[in-house]
Amino acid sequence: MTWVTSNLDLIGRLSVEHLRQSALPIVLGLLVAVPTGWLAFRFRPTRGLVLGAVGLLYTIPSLALFALLPPLLGISFLSEANLIIALTIYAVAIMTRFVSDALASVEPSVRQAAVAVGYGPWRRFWQVDLPLAGPVVLAGLRVTAVSTISLATVGILIGIDNLGYLFTNGYQRQIVAEILAGVVAVVVIALVVDGLLVLLGRLLMPWTRGRRAA
Amino acid sequence: MNVFADAIAWIFSPDRASGALPLSEAIWTHLAFTVVSVAVAALIAIPAGWLIGHTGRGRELAVALSGAARAVPSFGLVLLLVLVLGVTHKVGASTTAFVLLAIPPILAGAYSGVEAVDRRVIDGARGVGMTEAQILRTVEAPLGLPLLIGGLRSATLQVVATVTLAGYVGNWGLGFYIVQGIQIRDFSQILGAALLIVVLALVLDALFALLQRVALPRGVSAGRAPENEPVRRRRRGPTAPAPS
Repeated sequence: MTWVTSNLDLIGRLSVEHLRQSALPIVLGLLVAVPTGWLAFRFRPTRGLVLGAVGLLYTIPSLALFALLPPLLGISFLSEANLIIALTIYAVAIMTRFVSDALASVEPSVRQAAVAVGYGPWRRFWQVDLPLAGPVVLAGLRVTAVSTISLATVGILIGIDNLGYLFTNGYQRQIVAEILAGVVAVVVIALVVDGLLVLLGRLLMPWTRGRRAA
Repeated sequence: MNVFADAIAWIFSPDRASGALPLSEAIWTHLAFTVVSVAVAALIAIPAGWLIGHTGRGRELAVALSGAARAVPSFGLVLLLVLVLGVTHKVGASTTAFVLLAIPPILAGAYSGVEAVDRRVIDGARGVGMTEAQILRTVEAPLGLPLLIGGLRSATLQVVATVTLAGYVGNWGLGFYIVQGIQIRDFSQILGAALLIVVLALVLDALFALLQRVALPRGVSAGRAPENEPVRRRRRGPTAPAPS
């Protein structure tokens, strides 16, 4: 454990980098998944298409996706953009299914009541459907956040420094404590972010307080 | 798309039959690691999951376990175990890591499959005088099969992806070509190997999708819900593990 105490500043610096690299894909995943999830929920033909496509993307192992993106998008293989785009693709793949399920979880009678009192489709989506779908969307966001933070470590294989650096560096220098510190740091960050999302959910959806979110 | 042509040329080049890692051997080791790890994990997780699903005991622990497992970085786990168990036991250490990663999704598939069975069906089985073991074997296990196979499917994808990452610690699997390709800056090798990994993952996934369909007992719809039904009434499948 002496390794940890004498390298606290390194762990701290990598943790900040790690959070920065994970935050964007998580936010983008949510933003992109709202329209794609809606498409998967609303129309039968687009449902098969969208869910099929995200299922396919989800199947691709990360290291292979890193290799496929550069020639397709014209970015550099060893670049942060490659890591962030790949993580965003996985985030969208996870979130789309959850948003679609979340919209399906809204009671049809509530939706009909909104129509009856004069909500147009646009206003109804933002003021009735989406807030009521909130708990399931939040559940998806939590899964996305935790898996993105854990997966970001693979970035070290394409030369992007984050907590994954402790894995390869610890392996090369044969320091067990260093790898262990990396694993623990990733798990702790993931759990803290998960807890923050739960708090944010209670703040934004006060009606779910007191009963367990879906 | 010249790079893709180069990548495909790399795959079919006669050089692939020789070198540090012949291509056929890489595919074979990739598959062998995956099949052995998922099989060992299944031997542990299926009985445990069925027991949890049947008795309802230990459920919170299993849910917490599969949630926490999602946060563990698989690449870090592989390197940690290889270093702790010794670099002379790389194969065993890596396999241990793959097994550990495959257990949570299979466990979730096993217990959620059993849980999804209609309680009235189980009461009926008990009512006609079946023993608990008979109920588990002849009612709960077959009805929960589609969800169990869904768990095996997630576990397999997780392991295929992690074996790829394990190319960092040894000359095996298709991931080795990517790690080596990065070092020698050979992008057609990187892309060629990536294409093969994608094909491998998609083929295995399609196989499980087919199996899931076949495993559904005739006339029964447990584990399958009509589309667009409100989620709270839907029998939820096992939660998807993290991509890796």
